[in-house]
Amino acid sequence: MAKRYSNEHEWVILDGEVASIGLSAYAVEQLGDITFVELPEIGAEADKDDSIAFIESVKAASDIYTPLGGEVVEANEELEDKPELLNEAAENTWIFKLKVIDVAEFETLMDEAAYKAYIATL
Amino acid sequence: MSELKRTALFDRHEKLGAKNIGFCGWEMPVQYEGILKEHEACRNGAAIFDTSHMGEFFFEGNLLFSGINDTTTVDVLQLPIGKCKYGFLLNKNGGVIDDLIIYKVGEERLMFVVNASRIDIDFKTINDQLHNGIFTDASDQTSKLDIQGPKAKEFLQEFVPFDLNELGFFSFAESEIMGSFALVSRTGYTGELGYELYVDNKIAPQLWDKLIERGAVPAGLGARDVLRLEMGYSLYGQELDEKTTPIEASVGFFVKYDKHFTGKDALLKQKKEGAPRKSISFKTNSKRAPRHGMEIWQNNQKIGVVTSGTFSPCISSGIGIGSVDAKLYNKDESLELKNTRGSIPIYLEKLPFYKKEK
Repeated sequence: MAKRYSNEHEWVILDGEVASIGLSAYAVEQLGDITFVELPEIGAEADKDDSIAFIESVKAASDIYTPLGGEVVEANEELEDKPELLNEAAENTWIFKLKVIDVAEFETLMDEAAYKAYIATL
Repeated sequence: MSELKRTALFDRHEKLGAKNIGFCGWEMPVQYEGILKEHEACRNGAAIFDTSHMGEFFFEGNLLFSGINDTTTVDVLQLPIGKCKYGFLLNKNGGVIDDLIIYKVGEERLMFVVNASRIDIDFKTINDQLHNGIFTDASDQTSKLDIQGPKAKEFLQEFVPFDLNELGFFSFAESEIMGSFALVSRTGYTGELGYELYVDNKIAPQLWDKLIERGAVPAGLGARDVLRLEMGYSLYGQELDEKTTPIEASVGFFVKYDKHFTGKDALLKQKKEGAPRKSISFKTNSKRAPRHGMEIWQNNQKIGVVTSGTFSPCISSGIGIGSVDAKLYNKDESLELKNTRGSIPIYLEKLPFYKKEK
């Protein structure tokens, strides 16, 4: 399944109208050791680019922005006890899932090659 | 912005894949493999830090008649040769220009170790108060490597020509490392057994390599900040600044009043009348970390601000230090932190946060 990335370093995999969303390995690498993840509430609705979750590492705190608008249908509760899963496998660890309002928004995000080019400029 | 300065170990940090940050005008490693791993190495093995950005001054002259003893809270006349002491350089209002360590190297010779960001103002402030003597800034020629942790002694021993067991806490020796002059000090900023090594820039890279070969884990400023905060040590620019007295920062016990020093009258007045602010230490009892600048609230009003905060791997909780209004603060009522995301309850905790198992 296609994977896309946002400017704010979230990744998205879209399956029908449900999007799994996580943080890129690059973002997690920048944050360092993750100590805390505040998950979004199930049923919460958010617009594209809203701050929806929150993450802390030993050295920093950061918002997580949803790269697509929609309703939260699932949150990865395993991260509450094991936030370090993100350090171990950021690209394979989803943080929350959204029922997407406008699937077309997905096409506006970067593909892997574009994202790699983007982080090379940072 | 002027260009960031680099220490003699900069290419070593690059090779180790360090993440660098601008810190007090220097490009310094904040972490190598990760703060948690580096923190763990310091608590259970040995970690090595490049702290060459810090400043070193030397004074040569009569310690009484030069006026040098009046410049800081440290009584250098009472200090035995071979010992060093922590203290403060204050302004006339008792505000902290810098916190520093003074080494009594000889009957008429001292070394001052100061914070990187304060080198220029410290040098001028001290120099302006001297009547005679020779005061020099050796910061640019001096590298400083801190090896800290229960294995520090074992790893360092083979590089120094004397028995490290002879060196007590806050003692030091002028010695030789790899054929070059070195000052070896049993001090640190981590709460662990450890040494601060003052060496010439020329041998710093080789010494760094050898200590890593021996088993010391390179650690950055990120781990250093977590380690010092677990011990409750102040950091200049956070707990201490020119508008804060040592009494307000709850480090007044380091100040001895039986000699003159600049700022003494202001401190005595504060002791008598009470200080307007005080420092508190607290934990969150959760994984939420307090962060510098968060507001501290009690009884529905803002009473202060977080000066330092982090997650502590040792006690597995957020920990912090804050400065609060002494009149508004009530130690028996509940406290919370607030920012735009909401509030976090906090609970008072005595320092150090991390108590080492004996």
